[in-house]
Amino acid sequence: MKLTKLLATAAVALGLASTAMADDKTKVGFVFVGPVGDGGWTYEHNKGRLAVEEKFGDKVETVFVESVPEGPDAERVMTQMALDGADLIFTTSFGYMDPTINVAKKFPKVKFEHATGYKQAPNVSVYSARFYEGRAVQGHIAGQMTKSNVIGYIGSYPIPEVIRGINSAFVHARAVNPDVQFKIIWAYTWFDPAKEADAAKVLIEQGADVILQHTDSTAPQAAAQAAGNVVTFGQASDMSEYAPFPRVSSIIDDWAPYYIARTQAVMDGSWESANTWHGIGDGMVGIGEISDAVPAEIKASALQLKAKLASGEYHAFTGPLNKQDGSAWLADGETADDGTLAGMGFYVEGLEGDVPQ
Amino acid sequence: MDLSAINPVLLIASLMVAATPLLLAAIGELVVEKSGVLNLGVEGMMIVGAIAGFAVSVETGSPLLGLIAAMIGGALLSCLFAFLTQFALANQVASGLALTLFGLGLSALMGQGYVGVKPPAMATLDIPVISDLPVIGPIFFSHDPVLYFGVFLTAAVWYALKFTRIGLVLRATGENHDAAHALGYHVIRVRVIAILFGGACAGLGGAYISLIRVPQWTEGMTAGIGWIALALVVFASWKPWRVLLGAYLFGGINVLQLNLQAAGVAIPVEYLAMSPYVITIVVLVIMSRDKTSAPGSLGRIFHASS
Amino acid sequence: MIVLEKRPQPSRAWSLMTPVVAVVITMIAGGLLFAALGKNPAEAIGTIFWEPLFGEYAFFYRPQLLVKGAPLVLIAIGLSLGFRAGIWNIGAEGQYIVGAICGAGAGLAFYPMESVFIFPLMVLAGALGGWCWAMIPALLKVKFGTNEILVSLMLVYVAEQLLASVSLGLLKNPQGFGFPGSRNLQSYESAFNAELIEGSGMHWGVVAAFIAVILSYVLLNKHILGFNIRLTGEAPRAARFGGVNPTRLILFCLGMSGMLAGLAGMFEASGPAGQISIDFNVGYGFTAIIVAFLGRLHPVGILLAGLLMALTYIGGEIAQSNLGLPAAAIQVFQGMLLFFLLALDLLTNFRIRFAAKGAA
Repeated sequence: MKLTKLLATAAVALGLASTAMADDKTKVGFVFVGPVGDGGWTYEHNKGRLAVEEKFGDKVETVFVESVPEGPDAERVMTQMALDGADLIFTTSFGYMDPTINVAKKFPKVKFEHATGYKQAPNVSVYSARFYEGRAVQGHIAGQMTKSNVIGYIGSYPIPEVIRGINSAFVHARAVNPDVQFKIIWAYTWFDPAKEADAAKVLIEQGADVILQHTDSTAPQAAAQAAGNVVTFGQASDMSEYAPFPRVSSIIDDWAPYYIARTQAVMDGSWESANTWHGIGDGMVGIGEISDAVPAEIKASALQLKAKLASGEYHAFTGPLNKQDGSAWLADGETADDGTLAGMGFYVEGLEGDVPQ
Repeated sequence: MDLSAINPVLLIASLMVAATPLLLAAIGELVVEKSGVLNLGVEGMMIVGAIAGFAVSVETGSPLLGLIAAMIGGALLSCLFAFLTQFALANQVASGLALTLFGLGLSALMGQGYVGVKPPAMATLDIPVISDLPVIGPIFFSHDPVLYFGVFLTAAVWYALKFTRIGLVLRATGENHDAAHALGYHVIRVRVIAILFGGACAGLGGAYISLIRVPQWTEGMTAGIGWIALALVVFASWKPWRVLLGAYLFGGINVLQLNLQAAGVAIPVEYLAMSPYVITIVVLVIMSRDKTSAPGSLGRIFHASS
Repeated sequence: MIVLEKRPQPSRAWSLMTPVVAVVITMIAGGLLFAALGKNPAEAIGTIFWEPLFGEYAFFYRPQLLVKGAPLVLIAIGLSLGFRAGIWNIGAEGQYIVGAICGAGAGLAFYPMESVFIFPLMVLAGALGGWCWAMIPALLKVKFGTNEILVSLMLVYVAEQLLASVSLGLLKNPQGFGFPGSRNLQSYESAFNAELIEGSGMHWGVVAAFIAVILSYVLLNKHILGFNIRLTGEAPRAARFGGVNPTRLILFCLGMSGMLAGLAGMFEASGPAGQISIDFNVGYGFTAIIVAFLGRLHPVGILLAGLLMALTYIGGEIAQSNLGLPAAAIQVFQGMLLFFLLALDLLTNFRIRFAAKGAA
């Protein structure tokens, strides 16, 4: 009780202090799970942070702590940021979910934004990106680029986010190429470039001529380049250093528009707890330039698909779709609801192998 | 399930690549341990080598200079360890762990400007006709020079330990430093040189990852390979050719695991990922009957009191 | 020429002095590093060492020091027993993980039943889990003479895979929308290792750490077993002639360190962390090795070293957030602290004399 009170008083005092003395400066904190130099997930979030700084200049102060382990350390870092007068704190990893909720309870005046989670509170928003929309475009290109009809997929851990991506890519690859097969490797790591390189090489050796990756390093790109005739897609960042070939396009995490909008909302006093799941249309998921290695007509139809996904005219999971065991999932024309997508733990019909349990 | 998709020739060729950083680091550590010193800082030296090599080869455009810089970087870091353990007589286990912590931090600081940069490519061996031979070509004649250097280094260390005077002094120092001292050998000097050699090898192994195997720079990219190298030395009971064999076995299990997954074999990945470590333990048990192999003075502090 | 002369007895004065001197030198060297990174060195050092203890929000950070330091101290105490006897368990990280899995698993098995017996049962399960994991290298060493350093290290990686496996399977929260990780024990009253006095940071793990410090002090100084441990480390041959049973000693030291590491894991999982997840372990087992040496393998020293280490972590985070120091700089700073402590240790055991060349 004592600490909660103390913290609350401190927060209130600070809240008053910051409005009284430095009211023109909004302090935005970022808690990162990896180093800002990871070239992937955290790197992109940090770019979002820099965009906030660039946009608001002197009106904003951003702080960040990198490589914060999930659990008590994260809770401490968030508390520390809140104590030091942060008005808005972005916590950018799924594992920060419970710590964010805990700290948010103690600081009702501070706004929290938790990435990829599902627990909301009056001062906690959740946000995530519909990366599966990008996967649909990837699958569309991949299905037509493959000559061996074998597409390799490097997954990190078997969690809904990754499974959703596999399903989306597969559905759209099958739509343009009924013979296409997916070979899936689970790396069981978020980050191990050497292992990702090995995984890519193995997939190539086993006949895959398109590699999709849900891990963030460029190791698979390099492996594809060495192999010579293998197509890849950038992940998290554009990876344009491997364009125009093997990297023919990419899915880019673009957090900047969201971070800027939410910071603006705090400045205006219009911030409200929200559950945001943005896709291509809102600019949270970017599709990197489709290079000239892709034939013009495929590029055109891919861009068309992208446009339809962006406008909401088409949903990446539109029936008729069956689950892997053949049971019906979506009827003709029916689209998947967000609840099912958020917890997706099954493959769609046609994929081989099992989701590891 | 489609086991026929696994091509054994390519599997062997790629496991050789996967094994090379391990091999280089482990051969270096073998020499260090043969001199009677246990350096647990391999991971730290590898990662510093990885960034030193990466930075220099990006700046100069020469992979070769990068590799040399990596060796220098690893050796420089190992100087710290040499100073602590040989002159300040600090505990080797703690010093090695501190070295890893320091190296991981230092490499991240050094590498801040190199994220997302693509290093110059290293040429691979391509002999007309021979490199295109079936089976033999991909396995023996189509790799990068460092891979061959790793094998050469194994042979050189084996020869040096077995047949040369330097090797004899090194082994004597490791077996019993007091006796070696009494015979007039400079125990400290021998050990410092061994530690520097180990650092250079670890650095080269790290650069192999950042320049050839992956190639890119990201923080913490060695991801525990240095620790496996330590296990490998014991696994090999301090014999160079067994280190080579062990490195291929370790690299092989990982590559095979990925191959089985890609072929659609429903394997419990976690348990297969455990297997190299479990196998090492089993081998340790089997090898431990051979009590003669471990250097007698391993990990003990030497101080010439007389 | 400088000559080192071994002291007959380690110098007490220097053994107390060196940590202080090392911290001061680290501050100077660290200040240079921070200055090189374009930060105000005095401000950076001040933030790391002063802010958590006496700064504006010290009321929050001081309890956090206990929370962060307790697992380090608990594990390091166990390790120090073995290290003193020359038994090198460097796989505490694995024992920590297995203890956490067993402890949390025991609690979750009863979910949602509420009972006062659940938490003690979890403590037992955690201790037992860590103990069993440490018994593997212990038994292999006793039976086959296998090197415990490597076996215990290998078992860390096995434990990490086991952790991933249970986070995604056995212990996965059925209401977690398919995400990895167990239920949060913080919202399961019978299994929650809550703060005993709110705002104090004191949870059962901190209490256990203090008890471990006291018991190991008593053991090492007043008990024959403690004497045997010290004797074996300092003079193995004498110990053998003196009738010390090396097998029993190995089993005891490894078992004890495994048990304490398992307990630390269990307290962490059921309290501050609240759940088992893929990235549950954050390297306490390895950091504790450093803590054990920083503390000179002495119980009180370990307590202080654990708190010092926690201070650099917490202060480092504040410096990152307030001054924009990269996390890597903090890591380098911690590395330097260790180097200087290890190097200065020389003064405890040796006397430095300046002698004319050849006179020695």
